[in-house]
Amino acid sequence: MATTGLYDSELGELQRRLIILRVGLLLVVALLGVRLWHLQIREGPYYRDLSENNRTRSVIMEPARGLIYDRNGVLLANNVPSFTLYVSLEDVKDRDLLIDQLTNLLGLDPVLVRKKLTARGSKQLPRKVKDRLTLREATLVESHRLDLPGVMVQVESQRNYPGGVMASHLLGYVGEVSPEQLEKPEFADLHQGSIVGQYGVEKYFDRLVRGQAGQKSIEVDALGHEKRTVVVEQAHAGDNLYLTIDARLQKVAENLLGEESGAIVALDPRTGDVLAMASRPGFDPNVLSRELTPKQWAEIVQDEGRPLNNRASQGQYPPGSVFKVMMAAAALETNTITPSTSIHCNGGYQFGRRLYHDWKAGGHGSVDLRRALVQSCDVFFYTVGQRMGIETMASFAHQFGLGEETGIELPSERIGIVPSAAWKLKAKNEAWLPGETISASIGQGYVNVTPLQMASLIGTVANDGVTFRPRLVRAVMDRATGELQQRVAVPKRTLKLRPEILPLIKDALAGVVKEGTATRAKSALVTIAGKTGTAQTTALRTGPEKDIPKKFRDHAWFVAFAPVEAPTIAVAVLGEHMGHGGSASAPLAKELIETYVKLSQSLSPSVTDGTPASEGDAGGRGAR
Amino acid sequence: MIDRVINSRGFDNFDFRFIGLVLVILGIGVLSIYSVTHDQGAAFPFFAKQIAWIVLGAVAFLVMWLSDYHRIARLAYPAYAIILILLAVVLFEGKSSRGAQRWIPIGPFAFQPSEFAKLVLILTLAHYYSKAPRVGWLQRVVLPGLLVLPGLLLILKQPDLGSGLSFLAVYAAMLLMVGMRSKALGVILLFSLMLFPFAWEMMWGSLHDYQRQRIMAFVDPAYDPGGKGYHALQSRIAIGAGELTGKGLYGGTQSQLKFLPEGHTDFVFSVFAEEWGFLGVLALLILFVTLIWLSLEIVARAKDQLGALLAVGIICMLCFCVVVNIGMTAGMFPIVGIPLPLMSYGGSATIMTMASLGLLLNVKRRRLSFF
Repeated sequence: MATTGLYDSELGELQRRLIILRVGLLLVVALLGVRLWHLQIREGPYYRDLSENNRTRSVIMEPARGLIYDRNGVLLANNVPSFTLYVSLEDVKDRDLLIDQLTNLLGLDPVLVRKKLTARGSKQLPRKVKDRLTLREATLVESHRLDLPGVMVQVESQRNYPGGVMASHLLGYVGEVSPEQLEKPEFADLHQGSIVGQYGVEKYFDRLVRGQAGQKSIEVDALGHEKRTVVVEQAHAGDNLYLTIDARLQKVAENLLGEESGAIVALDPRTGDVLAMASRPGFDPNVLSRELTPKQWAEIVQDEGRPLNNRASQGQYPPGSVFKVMMAAAALETNTITPSTSIHCNGGYQFGRRLYHDWKAGGHGSVDLRRALVQSCDVFFYTVGQRMGIETMASFAHQFGLGEETGIELPSERIGIVPSAAWKLKAKNEAWLPGETISASIGQGYVNVTPLQMASLIGTVANDGVTFRPRLVRAVMDRATGELQQRVAVPKRTLKLRPEILPLIKDALAGVVKEGTATRAKSALVTIAGKTGTAQTTALRTGPEKDIPKKFRDHAWFVAFAPVEAPTIAVAVLGEHMGHGGSASAPLAKELIETYVKLSQSLSPSVTDGTPASEGDAGGRGAR
Repeated sequence: MIDRVINSRGFDNFDFRFIGLVLVILGIGVLSIYSVTHDQGAAFPFFAKQIAWIVLGAVAFLVMWLSDYHRIARLAYPAYAIILILLAVVLFEGKSSRGAQRWIPIGPFAFQPSEFAKLVLILTLAHYYSKAPRVGWLQRVVLPGLLVLPGLLLILKQPDLGSGLSFLAVYAAMLLMVGMRSKALGVILLFSLMLFPFAWEMMWGSLHDYQRQRIMAFVDPAYDPGGKGYHALQSRIAIGAGELTGKGLYGGTQSQLKFLPEGHTDFVFSVFAEEWGFLGVLALLILFVTLIWLSLEIVARAKDQLGALLAVGIICMLCFCVVVNIGMTAGMFPIVGIPLPLMSYGGSATIMTMASLGLLLNVKRRRLSFF
């Protein structure tokens, strides 16, 4: 006890110093109080906001794309449920670890996953990492859910094309919106990972078909585990499209081409309805709508057959003798010749120092316009062209819709070339040579057209001069209201020709099939009129056709309409490197037309008959 | 006089107020722990375990209260030696969690020697200063400093920055209260200033990555919300979101949805602040200040140096922990892992704090004993 008392003076000192503690404590607590007042009162609403956002995660609900049907209601594109893997960046604690885990679990490419997770864009929105997970993969992810914070598997609808390659160029395919697209105003309401049409009808009508994404706000805990759904803004499915094509006719057209490269277009000349539009080779839109590796993509793009090229609207070929249909109308309208004007053909046309050959070595003898068309006499049209001049030819070619877009509802339509002096100066910076007029008058030289333009041209003739803009969509069904809206066909232009001219030409074209170059298109079922064309691809032409390597052979054209009396179908067939139009393409047109006539006669269109089977049975029917 | 002596040996109003305050704060702690963890569905939920710790703490409280603190103080050196051994054992045999090795497993429980080290250090220093007159800066500063050093180093090695800082704070506070000649103080300040760059270099170099990141995160927590500043930012969001009246019990989305990590331990204050708002926070601060005020009364009336020093040490430790914990949750200090006394979940800390308070009340009880 004694020791304790010894330091009483020190104890007193210590107790006096308590004031330091008291003042210090009050000061520090006051500081804390001020800080807390600042946090809770002054900045309270701000932090309250932050805390609200903290507990909710926005999840985009992708809309189901509109369905696509053919004109009879045969399903061409639908949606199937599929698992999509999303990662919510906010919930990822260790990105590298997650990439590792996903790589190990699903065998994903780590570089690709990293790219997706680090791509620019809102951190709030989940990133789509992989679509079309298999059931096994989805189960695998779900069972590792606790180890994968921020990872979500969503069931989404995935585009599916039951017909496989059928009508692939027409339908197109879908894909994730690209960063470049996202910058454009028409994609403003989309986000990274949104699916948009990237080709064909899917692209052209994307706004209708796309639908509107919904948003789900889910309350999550810090591990990203869904606790409950707070708000739901429903996704709105896109509108359904009813195309003008007849799936059965489309299938036949594609089978007719078989393994050959080429295009077939069938229009209803009275409305512009595209009844079939085939382009070969094709692709499987199911594959392209999936995410492709750069290697897969390179393989498709570098394929020699250029399967992504829609030859019907994007392939440009010299029209060859098909051009003579337009030439005949121009010559009559300009009074360059009369129907009875006779020109002697001895197999060649001398111009300057050069002899322009007729396709028939001995010549056709004395021919008038009808005979010139029926026999496809070149010398007759050399003469007519030479008399008319290139500028007159160009202005009529434009009237027939050449050198301009047909206006088909497909992206990236090509316009071909209608040459003129001005065109040549602009394109090649060279003066027009008189000899070039002669080549142009039989659709050679610089003249270039698409099969679609040819179908439209022959359709215009069949429809007595009235051109309809080719259309692909007959009706649109609003998914929200269920309302079916029919689209009306709008005439685009009427040829300025004297009324007696087209009947003369139609009669001559009927003669082509009946007694001329296209007798192989003669049908017992229906009267067909048409015009053959053989487009030269190279000047190096020696020996008989069959000895020339395939890639140097001519393109075979045939355009036709039927029935001659009241046409309901106009067809253009182009076979790349298939030789003569009369022998190679005319039979295809005939078969297509006969199919169409038969289908029109059967009052109840058979759905099963037209339902395309899966890919792989292409080329079942012979092409020739 | 005799009456007062007798009265002071029994319960009086002061004791009731003191114990009452402690119980209220403990209750708030349990409630907050319950609020964060009630939906975890464990067989022994945290709040139930915390109640068990409080019961054990109450035993410790009673033991420390009712024994003679002079006798307790006589055990200080051996106790300190034992603690040093335990701190060494922890480094080799301890259980690690989140990069730190702080616990010695005892059956299903884990014992954290660094918590008890704080109390033992207070006992040791108080014992040291009161045993004989300590004069000169060597006896006043250097020798006790050497006493503190091994414990401090062992704790920093774990690493447990929070306990290490508490250790230093107890030493500094007791030094301040014992008093130094102004000359000695000047020398220390000078040396500290001179040594600061080296010390900083050593400090920074010896810190673990996560500690450095925490300090960096303190500078700008918004810089990397998903990363290292995560705790700091989430805690500030939780506190701020409480606004004036709070979101109500169980209403704290930050903690309920686990954005706020460690909601039942180091960040229990944030949970409380989110659910009870500024008004609740003020009430809690008042409770703590009142408790410390009462404790300071005990020092003021202490009759001997040992009692006063013990009480001062305990008060400073409590103050330090309360201020630093609230300060770090409110984003004023870096996150150093100091639990909030009486509220954070944790067996070692709860038992140690309650034992300290028992010792504090013991000093008051004994204040007239030598008459």
